[in-house]
Amino acid sequence: MNYLDFEDDIRILDQKIESLKAPYISKGITDIANPLVVENEKKLNNLLDQVYSHLTPYQITKVARHDSRPRTKDYAKKIFTDFIPLAGDRMFAEDHSVISGYGILDGVSVLIVGQEKGNNTESKIISNYGMNRPEGFRKIIRLMKDAERLNIPVITFIDTPGPYPTKGSEDRGQAESIAKLTEVSLDLKVPLIAVIIGEGSGNSANALAVANKVLMLEYSMYSPISPEDCAELLWKNAKKVEEAAAALKISAKDLLDNKIIDEIILEPRGGAHRDHEAATINLALSIKKNLKELILMTPDELVYQRKNRFLSIGKDVLLPKEEFYMENIENRIQYQPFNWKLLFQNNIKLIYTIIAIVVLFILALIFS
Amino acid sequence: MNWVKEKFKELKPKIKSIFRVKVGPEGHLWQNCSCGTVLYKQDLEDNLFVCSVCKKHHPITAKERFKIFFDNGYFQEIFPMLPVDDPLKFADTRIYKVRLDNVREQTKRHDSVMLAEGLINGIKVVAGIVDITFMDGSIGRAAGEAFLTGAEHALNYNLPYIFFCSGGDMRIQESTFSLIQASRMIAAISLLKEKKIPYIPVCLDQTNGMITGSIALIGDVNIAEPKAKVTFFSQKQIKETTRDILPIEFQTAEYLLEKGQIDLIVERKDLPKTISTLILIRTNQNKTFLSDATDYQSDFTGEASSFTS
Repeated sequence: MNYLDFEDDIRILDQKIESLKAPYISKGITDIANPLVVENEKKLNNLLDQVYSHLTPYQITKVARHDSRPRTKDYAKKIFTDFIPLAGDRMFAEDHSVISGYGILDGVSVLIVGQEKGNNTESKIISNYGMNRPEGFRKIIRLMKDAERLNIPVITFIDTPGPYPTKGSEDRGQAESIAKLTEVSLDLKVPLIAVIIGEGSGNSANALAVANKVLMLEYSMYSPISPEDCAELLWKNAKKVEEAAAALKISAKDLLDNKIIDEIILEPRGGAHRDHEAATINLALSIKKNLKELILMTPDELVYQRKNRFLSIGKDVLLPKEEFYMENIENRIQYQPFNWKLLFQNNIKLIYTIIAIVVLFILALIFS
Repeated sequence: MNWVKEKFKELKPKIKSIFRVKVGPEGHLWQNCSCGTVLYKQDLEDNLFVCSVCKKHHPITAKERFKIFFDNGYFQEIFPMLPVDDPLKFADTRIYKVRLDNVREQTKRHDSVMLAEGLINGIKVVAGIVDITFMDGSIGRAAGEAFLTGAEHALNYNLPYIFFCSGGDMRIQESTFSLIQASRMIAAISLLKEKKIPYIPVCLDQTNGMITGSIALIGDVNIAEPKAKVTFFSQKQIKETTRDILPIEFQTAEYLLEKGQIDLIVERKDLPKTISTLILIRTNQNKTFLSDATDYQSDFTGEASSFTS
């Protein structure tokens, strides 16, 4: 198992427990009643609770990108019985970074569509690190229309660092395919549920998140740009990642407050990568609960609800122009507090030169 | 020394180009074009800001664009409702709110999208444009809301919607609020398409990122200006990740036309005529031939359309 940089204590405890368990396991005993093991496991659980309840946004990003976190492939195989993957956009090629196919969820047929990142080097290269080409989006469009014809609900899984930037994908209409996918999923006459299961950044995540209900795992992120890129773009300093991640408000809790997602799905203790089974059960229950509501709605209601969900975001804070500027003048005073930190950051060169001149002046006074 | 000579040969055109641009007396009377010619500003203005030698379409402000586009330069601006600023209380090296206030003072605009209503060749339309002078024309909550207002206006009064796309990166300071504007704008377009109201996007020079990936390429007819750059990923990004060798004309309107992404390349002076004709053709519901009809009228402008002023 891979450990993240803030999990040092957890790694030490994990290794300790493993070494304590090793003699029993070699004998074939699974129920271990050794008081030392029990005590250490209790300690580990407490530590995991403590660490994972106080994650910073950038740490959440790291957990969301964790190598052994369950991916779309794992969820598709575990949640849905009889999952059959389907391939190809019927126009140009097959995109392995998108997994799609029909499956059965507790007796109900569904179309499963999702971005796949891969867990090890080999599968990562095959799935292109989760970066989609236009063919992937066109494959989704084709299957969504198929599902609409058969009246089968669609479930999308989002896990991508962004679309794939190449000359080829630009030539074949990356932008158009993303826009078209958004348009098609807005007009879809069947229930549509989106689940953000890991890293969802960029336009390609947004295109799949156009749904009646957007669910999100506890330790996943959804943002327009990766924190690293944001730090370089706005702070012009790659080391300000922590601040960038915090400012972007990418964690599930913040997104729920901003009404961009509808529900947070809790993960087992220590993240989904520690217990795939429990994470799968939680996700399956949540999908079933939401699908039950959506199946009762008529096609027109579904389309209306989906469009209205997006059109109404931010409508509650609108003001006419005059009123806006009246309030703006009142607010302006609050927004410009005297901030030493920002003053230093913005005028660092000036301050250094002033200090240098003062030092030189003092030196000159001393030696004269 | 050979090495120095070769290096100098490489650098020579670059050095020349630097000096060539600065040859002309740049000022309030003269303007330099990137092809090297010096243009008299009044001539340039009469020529709709198009270089008479290389046909380069110089960038113009939103207001000038509307003056050129609408009949007799007359149009009425539509003011959208404004969302509350800075939903995330964002601060990078500067506080976002302060940055916004400064830009507003400089540009005298509230946000990057400007809307107007007017006539083109006698047909009433709603038009919108992204002003690249306002924070590089990035799309935040206010800009998305303005696009929706334009679409709503078009829906309410049954008018065609024309949108000039330029700029259009994400407003990162608004994070996910900016990201979902893409879905919102496409939802508005799909409402227009349902009612069979024409939606025509026009790509201007340097259309990038989010706008390309949402509204610029899914219109009824996709139009671009000559030599306009329409990008989804910047060339720098593509070179960094894949080291692809990119052709010189990569991501220009002509290149996109070759690759089948846009329908038409229309020069600035032909835009009103082309668009009005397109609207007439696309909204014409007449199913009897004119020569068969008894009350034949030769003047066809606007008669066939429901969009007459």
